[in-house]
Amino acid sequence: MLALKQLHDQESKNDKKRRLHSSCAGHFIKSHNSNLEQLKTIGRELAMGSQGGFGQSKEFLDLVKSIGEARSKSEEDRIVLREIETLKRRINEPDIPKRKMKEYIIRLVYIEMLGHDASFGYIHAVKMTHDDSVLLKRTGYLAVTLFLNEDHDLIILIVNTIQKDLRSDNYLVVCAALNACCKLINEETIPAVLQQVVELLGHQKEAVRKKAVMALHSFHHKSPSSVNHLISNFRKKLADNDPGVMGATLFPLYDLITIDVNPHKDLVASFVNILKQVAERRLPKTYDYHQTPAPFIQIKLLKILALLGSGDKKSSEQMYTVIGDIMRKSDTASNIGNAILYECICCISSIQPSPKLLETAADAIANFLKSDSHNLKYMGIDALGRLIRISPDIAEQHQLAVIDCLEDPDDTLKRKTFELLYKMTKSSNVEVIVDRMIDYMISINDNHYKTETASRCVELAEQFAPSNHWFIQTMNKVFQHAGDLVNPKVAHNLMRLIAEGFGEDDDTADSQLRLSAVESYLKIVDEPKLPSAFLQVICWVLGEYGTADGKYSASYISGKLCDVAEAHSTDDIVKGYAVTALMKVYCFERAAGRKTSLLPECQSLLEELSASHSSDLQQRAYEFRAILDLDTNAIENIMPLDASCEDIEIDKNLSFLDDYVQKSIEQGAEPYIPESERSGTLNISKIRNHNSYEHSTHSLRFEAYEVPKPVVPTNIPTTVTYPTDLVPVTVSEPSYQPSVQPTWPLVPVSDAGSGSVSGSSELKLRLDGVQKKWGKPTYSSGASSSASNFESNRTMVNGAPQPDTVISKPHAPRQSHVEVSEEKQKLAASLFGGTTSRSERKQSGGATGHSKVSRITNPGEDKVRPATVTAVVQPPPPDLLDLGEPVADTSGYSSTVDPFKQLEGLLDLSQDVNAASASASAAATTGATASNDPDLLSLYSGIDTVGNQNLTSMNGSVNPTKRTTSLTKGPNLKDALDKDALVRQMGVNPTSQNPNLFSDLLG
Amino acid sequence: MIRAVIVINDQGKPRLIKFYDYQPVEKQQEIIRNIYAVLCSRAENVSNFVQDSTFGPDTRLVYKTFATLYFIVIFDESENELAILDLMQVFVETLDKCFSNVCELDIVFNFNKVHTILDEIILGGQVVEMSSSEVIKAVDDISRLEKNPNSIVRVQKSISGWQ
Repeated sequence: MLALKQLHDQESKNDKKRRLHSSCAGHFIKSHNSNLEQLKTIGRELAMGSQGGFGQSKEFLDLVKSIGEARSKSEEDRIVLREIETLKRRINEPDIPKRKMKEYIIRLVYIEMLGHDASFGYIHAVKMTHDDSVLLKRTGYLAVTLFLNEDHDLIILIVNTIQKDLRSDNYLVVCAALNACCKLINEETIPAVLQQVVELLGHQKEAVRKKAVMALHSFHHKSPSSVNHLISNFRKKLADNDPGVMGATLFPLYDLITIDVNPHKDLVASFVNILKQVAERRLPKTYDYHQTPAPFIQIKLLKILALLGSGDKKSSEQMYTVIGDIMRKSDTASNIGNAILYECICCISSIQPSPKLLETAADAIANFLKSDSHNLKYMGIDALGRLIRISPDIAEQHQLAVIDCLEDPDDTLKRKTFELLYKMTKSSNVEVIVDRMIDYMISINDNHYKTETASRCVELAEQFAPSNHWFIQTMNKVFQHAGDLVNPKVAHNLMRLIAEGFGEDDDTADSQLRLSAVESYLKIVDEPKLPSAFLQVICWVLGEYGTADGKYSASYISGKLCDVAEAHSTDDIVKGYAVTALMKVYCFERAAGRKTSLLPECQSLLEELSASHSSDLQQRAYEFRAILDLDTNAIENIMPLDASCEDIEIDKNLSFLDDYVQKSIEQGAEPYIPESERSGTLNISKIRNHNSYEHSTHSLRFEAYEVPKPVVPTNIPTTVTYPTDLVPVTVSEPSYQPSVQPTWPLVPVSDAGSGSVSGSSELKLRLDGVQKKWGKPTYSSGASSSASNFESNRTMVNGAPQPDTVISKPHAPRQSHVEVSEEKQKLAASLFGGTTSRSERKQSGGATGHSKVSRITNPGEDKVRPATVTAVVQPPPPDLLDLGEPVADTSGYSSTVDPFKQLEGLLDLSQDVNAASASASAAATTGATASNDPDLLSLYSGIDTVGNQNLTSMNGSVNPTKRTTSLTKGPNLKDALDKDALVRQMGVNPTSQNPNLFSDLLG
Repeated sequence: MIRAVIVINDQGKPRLIKFYDYQPVEKQQEIIRNIYAVLCSRAENVSNFVQDSTFGPDTRLVYKTFATLYFIVIFDESENELAILDLMQVFVETLDKCFSNVCELDIVFNFNKVHTILDEIILGGQVVEMSSSEVIKAVDDISRLEKNPNSIVRVQKSISGWQ
């Protein structure tokens, strides 16, 4: 009794006994007399004492109590750990009474809820599901569904129980088993219960039917293929007598329709009909919620209709009436009524637009936005975002409400509003919106969201930037504050953009852009704590264009670059960029014929890096040193000026090697065999076999084993050809086997080689396939008119709002009774000022930009520097093709994975295209593989390996002629039979499990 | 789809955790800690919605405070925020009826029953019942059966009525 008293004291102390009455939940608050409540509480605690408290033992009570009293997390942990020790000991005692066991299980669930491992008791929970007593069984199921994931080893022990329980004549047991099915049955065990669950769809009790539908739905969720043949059942159950069952079928149907609309178009009429009946209150009263008939069914139906009606005029027309009716009838005073209203708006904005419905939707949105409830405002902003896609003008009448939301202290609402702004950005308001977004981005701490906002800023800036200067400034801000969060691709895009310019042929504009970039970077570069990605961009741009205008001297730029390398001495990537930039500055100076000498700090940097731990930095330093000794002509070719956008031609066939190959063959070397032919059938069938083996062991079989049948060869020629055809390959050429063996290691190498070739073609500046954000999607047409449009909009944005276009008629009434601050009006004007739609803006933007496409397709047009020209360079070829021992350090280098290079791959090569074009030229002359790997030295080493490998394969004693003919793949019957025989030899027989295996193999 | 239903008290102690797709215990605790941190930082009189990236970019979180408890539902874009808010209302209403005037301790000591109630409302991450009286009826049936296994009239399965 003392403990009881303490508990009571403690409770009142902690105020845990406060009833769960929410202030906003008026409709169910019962106004209790406080005295009465006190009495009741005491009464309950008395009852607790007599029967162990809420049906639990005193021990459990004490546990909860002591955890409640714990002052710190560590104290709580100590208590729980002690409890775990106790349970571990007790739970394994023999002959525990069932009631006791049930409590132990519940205590296990409790400690796991607090975040501690209770896995030692899982097996007991599993055992409890086998119990006959419903109470214990349900406790077991509960614990198991909370403890285990569907792939846990113990699941297999429960499947049998579930099977048994699904057969029970007590429908509540069946329900419990179906509940467990939803959570515990995984892809492998679905077949074990599927049949029974399908049968339960016809159960007399609607609760069982409903749960069976849900179980099937969860199966479909986990493994669509295993229940694909049962989809018709969902459609059948849509016509179930019980509305609850019908409602449950909407979930799987919604999922199916999300995946593919077309097979379900015929259901539009049924759905519309059901929705109509629901809305007309044809369902039993029990489905009402606060006088709203079956709200969740209505919402789901509206979601389904939104999918079905999207882009389908005929289907949409069937829906108009019912949606209109629902909107008219909806109860805007209740939460749930608004939920349905919101869903209607979503549906209207998704289906083929109907002017009348759009109008109703706009009114509903207005009501949402006017509401005092933050929840409704949030829904209103979201709905507005959906509707402006169809009628862009609608945003304007809500501008002040939107701005209010933007300044709301509620972060959720703010984010939603920024989402809306993102959707309604056009060139007229991009500056205001992006500036606001950046300010907001700086203020948030959530990295995930910060990243998203940053990339949105970048996207909008690229798409709608009104000027170069603004664009560069904006990007600087984004990079400064979120540089390490944004996708490396963004940095790459920025570099590419600066390199390519806006796309017009106007070179002066391009060089202005570059100059303004260089200027702003020189200003920023000394700031501390710049993100690495931004520094990389800065280094690259300074190296590429720092001295291009002659405004800044090479020594000034070099000094800055050295400072960067010094200030960020821990960042190898930035240092690498800085050194390469220094190299470029030096080369451009030399190429321009100016006498140059390295700055002392540059010298010392080089020396330091030559001894760097990073092989990449070392390599760059050595490259730079090597370049110092070259003559001007060579330098010009290695580092061509402003050539980062040039395409590099790659001779993938290595035709320049033909002479050499020919000569070698004449001298008795073996011709090269392509890998596909070399590895032959053996290899392929192995893989197939492996797959099929995995497949057959993967799924469990729950049906009894079949009586083994003698294997009757269905194909007699198979067995005949087996000895004749297969043997020559594997046996009759004993010399072949050992000779193949040494070439094996080559396969992956050559694989990698080919990979790098294809990879490099990916890595090079592929401007054709890349989506252009900066250039406007539409060009030429309407250039002059939209250009003037553009002008006027810009003045509006930058300067004071022009009264005639901005706060005009629509807002006049609002202004008259709402006192709106001038600042807000200004903001509104700049956000909503123009009435022109986004697409028009795009056009107007395009007016300034000449077609980018033409530039892409004619990359050499304005910068005539075909890559072939570079072939003039003659790096010493002999030691590349000298296929003896590769130089020790090179080979070491090539074998290690260089993270820097990987990053460069991400950042694109534009930075390294100079090097790459030079190396391509080297490749062309030396005649190795045409890898335009960005790294000069690694390229050389790559050549080494490839050359080696070519040689080996040429010199290798592979005798290909016979094999290539006998092992070519194809629909050839003989080959097919060979394969069949081989497959049989490997021990795989066609079964029902893998019926496709042979059709694959046999073509 | 609803991804999780969580009840924590105002000190961040979990009172009920139900994840509809499995999460390891450590991950569960991490999620709860994050959610608690977010909810604590939210002012009063703001919306009940939080954009949440626990389960990917499109998940949202709706919460509601009842006395000392936060009720939290995490779900994806196939649900309606306002409707989920009402769903929580139904859940709490049902709890209130079942425990006649529910409080935090009721949930602590009877979380197996609370789970039973929740299972009647949400199954496999989908809302299957919105009427608290129907839920109570089902739960009562179950507890009667648990007390006295013979009290429920056995129903014969009949497949004939279907198709």
